[in-house]
Amino acid sequence: MIGLGHYLVVSAILFVMGVLGIFLNRKNIIIILMAIELILLSVNINLVAFSAFLGDVVGQVFAMFVLTVAAGEAAIGLAILVIYFRGHGNISVDDPSRMKG
Amino acid sequence: MIHVFAFYLFASIVVASGAMTILARNPVHSVLWLILAFFNAAGLMLLLGAEFIAMLLILVYVGAVAVLFLFVVMMLNIDFARLRAGFARYLPFGLLIAAVLLAEIVLAIGVWSFGDLGPDTRMATIDPDVPNIEAIGRALYDRYLLVFEGAGIVLLVAMVGAIVLTQRERAGVRPQNIGKQIRRRPEDATRNTQPEVGEGVEL
Repeated sequence: MIGLGHYLVVSAILFVMGVLGIFLNRKNIIIILMAIELILLSVNINLVAFSAFLGDVVGQVFAMFVLTVAAGEAAIGLAILVIYFRGHGNISVDDPSRMKG
Repeated sequence: MIHVFAFYLFASIVVASGAMTILARNPVHSVLWLILAFFNAAGLMLLLGAEFIAMLLILVYVGAVAVLFLFVVMMLNIDFARLRAGFARYLPFGLLIAAVLLAEIVLAIGVWSFGDLGPDTRMATIDPDVPNIEAIGRALYDRYLLVFEGAGIVLLVAMVGAIVLTQRERAGVRPQNIGKQIRRRPEDATRNTQPEVGEGVEL
């Protein structure tokens, strides 16, 4: 039978994959943002799994708030990416110290 | 039995598509793999009985966030081959850190067990007779109303911030001056004249 541990392991694998994605694609900020989405998705799976197995609906409410923050973060991150691209013509984050003002 | 099969199906696809998201060469493919991961995570949440969160995941992530990513990836003309330089260089170190992190988390899950949590420690117990969306609504609009308003403010600030960041003054365009247009009156713009036959009108 599928228990809480199974869901936690899936969530852990997804979380680690997000961290690995940030490591591997250090120059491509779009993939980094996607990796952050993967991390937040794993957090959501964790919250909902605990909510279901504890019999408490509050975990699902907080999963909704995580979803809100993830949506806002993606919008702001992509907006910063667009203005960075407009100024530099690329999105290489080797020297982000040039990003001023 | 079908529950076990569905769990392993969704879990394996979510893990595989998560791996493809970070490994794909083309970012457009990455976004498409991310969408597949979100769909299968929604399936996992359906198995857990969280129907509302599952539908919200599809609406918000697939319908809004993933499309936003796709839009930006396709709008910006980026040399992606150059961005992948160093991928192989970071691979051993990244895999090492990922393996250590995963081993630690799985070890922690293995030794961890539920403490003594009685029904009275729960904030809002799940009642099988109450639909999922109604239970969430009762918790959200009652105890967590203030946090809910805060989430709305977060979304508002994100929206205003994204607009402010990406707005720019274009040079060489002649935009509409709405104030000037509204201030204009018929008497400023038109004039009645009665010219003699054969004469023109002096403008």
